[in-house]
Amino acid sequence: MTVASNTASSDVVSARRYRRVKTLDIVGRIATIVTVIAAIFWAFPLYWGIITSLKPEPDVVKAGFEIWPEHFTFDAYTYALFGTNIGIWYINSLITSLATTVIVVLMAAGAGYAISQLEFPGRRILWWMILACFMVPIQALIVNHFILFSQFHLINTLTAVVGPQLLAPVTVIIYKQFFDSVPKELREASVVDGASHFQTLFRIYLPMNWGITTALAIITFIGAWNNFLWPFLAVTEENKMNITVGITQVFDAFGVKYARTLATAILAGLPVAVLYLIFQRRVTQAIMLSAGIKG
Amino acid sequence: MILRNRRNEYITAAVLMAPFIIIYGLLFLYPTVKMVQLSFTDAPLIGDGNFVGFDNFVRLWKDRLFASSIWNTLYFVVLSVFPSTVLALFIAMGVNRLKGWVQSIVLACFFLPYILPVSVVYNIWGWILDKDFGVAQYVIAPLTGGQHINVFRTLPLFMPAAAFLTVWWLIGFNMLLFIAGLRNISTEIYEAASLDGAGRWTQFSQITWPLIWPVTVLVLTIQLILQLKIFDQVYLFSRGGRVDATATMVQYIYKQAFTANHGGLAAAASLVLFLVIVIFSVLQFQILRVRGADR
Repeated sequence: MTVASNTASSDVVSARRYRRVKTLDIVGRIATIVTVIAAIFWAFPLYWGIITSLKPEPDVVKAGFEIWPEHFTFDAYTYALFGTNIGIWYINSLITSLATTVIVVLMAAGAGYAISQLEFPGRRILWWMILACFMVPIQALIVNHFILFSQFHLINTLTAVVGPQLLAPVTVIIYKQFFDSVPKELREASVVDGASHFQTLFRIYLPMNWGITTALAIITFIGAWNNFLWPFLAVTEENKMNITVGITQVFDAFGVKYARTLATAILAGLPVAVLYLIFQRRVTQAIMLSAGIKG
Repeated sequence: MILRNRRNEYITAAVLMAPFIIIYGLLFLYPTVKMVQLSFTDAPLIGDGNFVGFDNFVRLWKDRLFASSIWNTLYFVVLSVFPSTVLALFIAMGVNRLKGWVQSIVLACFFLPYILPVSVVYNIWGWILDKDFGVAQYVIAPLTGGQHINVFRTLPLFMPAAAFLTVWWLIGFNMLLFIAGLRNISTEIYEAASLDGAGRWTQFSQITWPLIWPVTVLVLTIQLILQLKIFDQVYLFSRGGRVDATATMVQYIYKQAFTANHGGLAAAASLVLFLVIVIFSVLQFQILRVRGADR
């Protein structure tokens, strides 16, 4: 009797738990559906921009909501590529972003190694300076950056565009942290073998942290490509502009052409979007590292 | 021997730190000192001026445009920082439930906008919200009784719209940090809780929320610091409209320096922005330090 009632009550319990699991599942399913709908909503502007850029101009302004275009054309892209300065802007963006990336990574790796591994006077002061720079808004320095570069007659040059973007204290901080965690024995062994510090840095420390270097390089490139405020101030000549500045500053003389505008925008965003899609994991890692979360 | 190694180390350190020291000295320390100096003069953007003491700061204090630029900045911060943090937490919880390729696609939908330059965001949303042909007018028209609205020329709608598309643009970053935070919470805690019969809400309020709180604070401060420096979107969308009515602090600096040619006043405004952000950055640094000490 007791046994039977025990079984019965445990049946009730498990039935109740079963029901709970079922209701949980329904809530979970709703959450999933809501998430997916939100994701579609989030992707819609990009989708809409892309398909608009593929429509013939008369179809763009046609009344009605057309989720899939009737006619496809690359006219807007052909125009953007051959009828505007976009080619020059692309090259300018590429040069300035690559230069920024190479200089920032090399400089940060060197400084990170020195601060992490070497003993020298002023080391602590430099470390505090890096942390201080990390807290200072570069936007507050635009006026004096402009004055500085105009004193050197560098306004409207690509050098000026690169300049202030070289301030990337976070990169130094991340390198230092990663170099700190390389076992000391490795460096000692390499020093015993007669390797110089440079050899140790380039043959052991950098290759060991190759993943971080890739991640930091990609995120620095994306940041430089996307930068708006400073390139916008430093350059007013059309043929020295970056693509992100150029497409917002130079307008068609023949009024608004929506497909063309969107085609230029999509071309401007394409390189960074492709970089992200290829190196998703690295991009994510770099972002979390710069936010102070070890990824 | 030891002496020679020491010297060797100093020289290596000097060589490795040299590019960093030159760049940071020239582009960070020097402009910062110059900014403070300039803020006490009546100099134009390019050229010398006289020492005027605290005149510029008094002028700022009395300038209604400066006051409104602070107000606009804070308004934008409130409209963008809190929604993007709360929404990102919910999205992260939703994405975290998904598995495999569905998760990858949903994640990419939310994250892709973050990787794009502001100009692309500007062009795409400019098209979506376009007064004549924008697809958003299909949503707006029923609300206004069939009237199309030029969103960025309607003053009360300007900041909410700018904040809305900023949330759309940047939420991927917050989401990443939250996903990382959620993955750090071990599933065993949830299993134990659900065995104890804790419902979904109890699990959220008793486990997820307290454990994700440090990440929430981090996201809030990062976003706060970022959005205090708002310029790009607001500037681009306000062009040709009532620019002053929606100007933010960086826009005020831009206007004083590059349009009105008041170098000294612009430097004074920069100094104010500089100090405000440094205060919040020190706060963020402390949070990171506390988090670091936890581990």
